[in-house]
Amino acid sequence: MDTKPEFKPGNYLYAAKASALETVGLPNPRDWNPTDDDWKLPADWKGVVREGIAQRLERFRTFKLFMDICVRCGACADKCHFFIGSGDPKNMPVLRAELIRSIYRGEFKTAGKILGRLAGGRKLTEEVIKEWFYYFFQCTECRRCSVFCPYGIDTAEITIIAREIINLLGCNIDWIASPVANCFMTGNHLGLKPHTFKENAEYLLDDIEEYVGVKIEPSFNRKGAEILFVTPSGDIFAEPGIFTFMGYLMLFEHIGLDYTWSTYASEGGNFGFFTSHEMMKRLNAKMYAEAERLGVKWILGGECGHMWRVVHQYMNTLNGPPDFLDQPVNPITGTRFDNAASTKMVHISEFTADLIKNNKLKLDPSQNDHYTVTFHDSCNTSRGMGLLEEPRYIINNVCNNFVDMAPQTIRENTFCCGSGSGLNAGEYLEMRLRGGLPRANAVKRVAEDKGVNMLSCVCAIDRAVFPALMDYWVPGTDVCGVTELVANALVMEGQGEREYNLRGEENPSYVPPPESEGEAEGEAGEEGEE
Amino acid sequence: MKLKTLLAKHKSAIVKQWINSIVETYPSETAKFLKSKKDQFSNPVGHTIMAETNNLFEQVMEGIDREKVTPFLDRLIRVRAIQDFTPSQALSFVFSLKYVIRRVVGSEIDTEALDQELVDLEASIDYMALVAFDVFMGCREQLYDLKVKEIHSNAYSLLRRAKILVEQPGEEPENA
Repeated sequence: MDTKPEFKPGNYLYAAKASALETVGLPNPRDWNPTDDDWKLPADWKGVVREGIAQRLERFRTFKLFMDICVRCGACADKCHFFIGSGDPKNMPVLRAELIRSIYRGEFKTAGKILGRLAGGRKLTEEVIKEWFYYFFQCTECRRCSVFCPYGIDTAEITIIAREIINLLGCNIDWIASPVANCFMTGNHLGLKPHTFKENAEYLLDDIEEYVGVKIEPSFNRKGAEILFVTPSGDIFAEPGIFTFMGYLMLFEHIGLDYTWSTYASEGGNFGFFTSHEMMKRLNAKMYAEAERLGVKWILGGECGHMWRVVHQYMNTLNGPPDFLDQPVNPITGTRFDNAASTKMVHISEFTADLIKNNKLKLDPSQNDHYTVTFHDSCNTSRGMGLLEEPRYIINNVCNNFVDMAPQTIRENTFCCGSGSGLNAGEYLEMRLRGGLPRANAVKRVAEDKGVNMLSCVCAIDRAVFPALMDYWVPGTDVCGVTELVANALVMEGQGEREYNLRGEENPSYVPPPESEGEAEGEAGEEGEE
Repeated sequence: MKLKTLLAKHKSAIVKQWINSIVETYPSETAKFLKSKKDQFSNPVGHTIMAETNNLFEQVMEGIDREKVTPFLDRLIRVRAIQDFTPSQALSFVFSLKYVIRRVVGSEIDTEALDQELVDLEASIDYMALVAFDVFMGCREQLYDLKVKEIHSNAYSLLRRAKILVEQPGEEPENA
């Protein structure tokens, strides 16, 4: 508990810009740097922290319980990817939680106040705040440790509260605060305005036309559409997320879905979740506000991680119930999604799996034959909402070569990508390579033993961070969203030769139809008549 | 020749002490974990240390060949290159092998008068250290490359729209 963190390039995240905090009215906006001696905390910062803890002990029964019931059995100690990868013992969940538990004891419990360290208590100092900033941004709130805790202590919730408290002092990171501000003002993390969002989509539609030979014309902000589709904005500008975005467009075209995009609810990601419960609520609200404004029946959500955790675990107490929406029914299959009765929001994997189950998709899995695919369970969708089977069911139907990683590293036991909960900033890559080591290590095993060359996932942060992680730890392994694999296998009506995949690369699994030999302008439609 | 026989005889003791010396570069709680958990997925760092020290010791016995030793060094150094170590701390493990060998078989080297063979062996370990420097720098340089690549990827279509994305000549797919 006595080793002080040393802030060095690569091991800390840049401080939030004052302007980002001002935009959403967060406390103590100022210019500062974690390497400074003086963090310019508010004058009564100790009072703010004490009051902040006291309020949350009152408000969140889980927090109160988690502060009191840990018996230090050590079951969680070696389950954290940051501990495993960094070797820093304060990343053992029990010790990370102890950073705040010791203050709770020292400031709130009689024994701790009197006996101090003898009763496991310590005093609140500026060094403690620096330590919290350092270590609570080395927790991705992935909840793996909670799976192993015999008491069910969810260390992610401790991190959530700890970050919320240091937010009261204005100690946030810019990779969270600026996306939050942009998302609040413009609708997405980068602050893309409606016309930019639409133009980006048009670029990708051009690519689909070029590579697939199908012209798609989706609608934006269309009132009266049956369904609103919301996905992380990373899918519209980041590689390889854009290929998943193209996959959504092709899938919806394939089934003739009556849906629309919103240029304000143009972000599924909710970095408010990494800021405070209030900020999470403010950002989650816009998806539902847009659904109401556009008059849709229900919301379909794309491949995102924490959007789903927020919707699944918090939605109704934040912004619900959304009575203005209907219980989701798949218009193509008639399936009623009872699991979405309260949130009115269905996951794209649930939706796609239902389409496949009801034979509504024309699929040619051989188009993915050059891939041997494995699947990374995103922490949020696996541990946060129990989405375990659907992605695997989809992959097994659109690919011929699927291999799961070692059982202790997937499903509920999945290892985090190491960059979740807003830690996916460029300056933090070195730390992220530590946090991502256990995941990459499991990929490496199946890459070497089973020839896996594609890591699929259903989370935009995964898609953004895995390419670097794979390049460093498992070179030769590509990264994709599950819907990209679906799109590869989709036999689209009126499609051209699928010589190129959505990435514009030659499709190694493409086999020219025998008729086309010698007929330079062979019709693509002939294939479907067989 | 005789030294190698001696080393082969004491291999497990030498490797064990070498592993300990590497594990001790971590805080004590972590060192305990690294040594206790055998599962390669629960304890990838410990597993890598165990496996690669064995492989590297074999290489030292055979005589260091850059091509052959690089993959083993890479697996171990790749981890230490991104952990909280200075370069000298990250690579100290190579030199600690010399110390371990002297500690385990030093007295027998004296009695058998194998000093010259020891000098040769240590030169071989020094050569391994030189290769280790290259591997370490390769990992660090890759880290910086990845940062740039990631920034590009994260804003790929915005950069493409702004026409400021430059593809490296020769990297276009054929026939594209």
